Amino acid sequence: MKNRSLVSIDDYTKEEYLEILRVAAEFEKNPVQNILEGRVVATLFFEPSTRTRLSFESAVNYLGGRIIGFTDASSSSVKKGESLKDTILTVCNYSDLIVMRHPLEGSAKYASEVASVPIINAGDGANQHPTQCLLDLFSIQKTQGTLENLTISMVGDLKYGRTVHSLLMAMSHFNPTFKFISPVELKMPDEYKMFLDSKGIKYEEYLDLAENIKDSDIIYMTRVQRERFADPLEYEKVKNVYVLKNDMLEGTKDNLRILHPLPRVNEIDTDVDGNEKAYYFQQAQNGVYARMAIMTKMLGLK
Amino acid sequence: MAEKKKLSVSAITNGTVIDHIPANKLFTVISILGLDKLSENRMTFGTNFRSDRFGRKAIIKVSKKFFEQSDFDKIALVAPKAKLNIIKEYEVVEKWEVKVPEEIIAIAKCMNPKCVTNHEAIATKFKVLNDDGKISLKCNYCQKITTQEYMEIIK
Repeated sequence: MKNRSLVSIDDYTKEEYLEILRVAAEFEKNPVQNILEGRVVATLFFEPSTRTRLSFESAVNYLGGRIIGFTDASSSSVKKGESLKDTILTVCNYSDLIVMRHPLEGSAKYASEVASVPIINAGDGANQHPTQCLLDLFSIQKTQGTLENLTISMVGDLKYGRTVHSLLMAMSHFNPTFKFISPVELKMPDEYKMFLDSKGIKYEEYLDLAENIKDSDIIYMTRVQRERFADPLEYEKVKNVYVLKNDMLEGTKDNLRILHPLPRVNEIDTDVDGNEKAYYFQQAQNGVYARMAIMTKMLGLK
Repeated sequence: MAEKKKLSVSAITNGTVIDHIPANKLFTVISILGLDKLSENRMTFGTNFRSDRFGRKAIIKVSKKFFEQSDFDKIALVAPKAKLNIIKEYEVVEKWEVKVPEEIIAIAKCMNPKCVTNHEAIATKFKVLNDDGKISLKCNYCQKITTQEYMEIIK
């Protein structure tokens, strides 16, 4: 993994996922170290994403590294019309590693082709967000003790949600059973179902949330957004159907944990927060350890 | 019939005959090869000829025009079974079948408006997917698929 960019979750093999998770668990036990001392990480956020940026910056800070960068394109030379290539080539001179978020799809891949330092894709439009996927894997492994043979219910926007697509691809190495719970308009795209068929992985599709989570080990919630619907009436019909409420969790498995990439709006009722099965805030904390593992691996320090 | 075909092919002294183009792709091939912009070369074309392989096929004959590999790749995207005959002094001196390339660089545009290649000066790169003659392109950058109906060739 040394000096290799992380643009897409497919850039890593199953063994490499497991290695990242092993190192992340090490950092969790001992999160304050000076392993990044003397290193500079650039965080280039061409569009704002406070949560992701803070998570990376927290990881670098705990490990004694320094951060340069910008938080949105309006405060950078991009506003003056500088090309992405020029920005990346320049910042390569100032840093050991670049973390970038960009609204255009494929931007991180392109940056990785021109850059002399490794690139971490922190989201390129609707395309990829691999560090989110690795922290999801870490959260699943931590809460279940394994990644193998789990039943995972994915809920909400399965059509456009890049996090569920990446998680599906990554989990496909570990013999999961998927339950896809979504409105008809936001069903899991055929290409992913064909992929699962080709690997012999079981999945079922449902419209109803409450009835189909009883045998799940993981519920992965995502938000159903109004703007995804051509017909506003259709949105009104389903908007409250995919909201997880505390009483729905009665009779679910003891080891069930609820994940959400955050930010949450209303798709998980706040009455779930006190339930021990709610895991989304710990999941965000796991993101810091996962990112520590990814960055130190990339720099050849672990 | 065979004699008539031979006669029409030999109607050019030097040049290229592109055969086995699906009938409905004739004008696409003319356009992507820039044949509509030629000012000197004599060109004849015909369409809706009967063909065992397509039902209906088209044929193009261009005088004093010889194509390059990048042109072959372009033709293959819209007419993956096309054949090119190189004519010199009325004789077919070479025959080429186009081969659908595995990868194309700087030939087509990505149909995804949010793809980085549509906003920065980047040579596009696609993996070519060939589903029994139905060509689609997977973008190396945004990973989105551009299907044949939305394919736009960079000239």
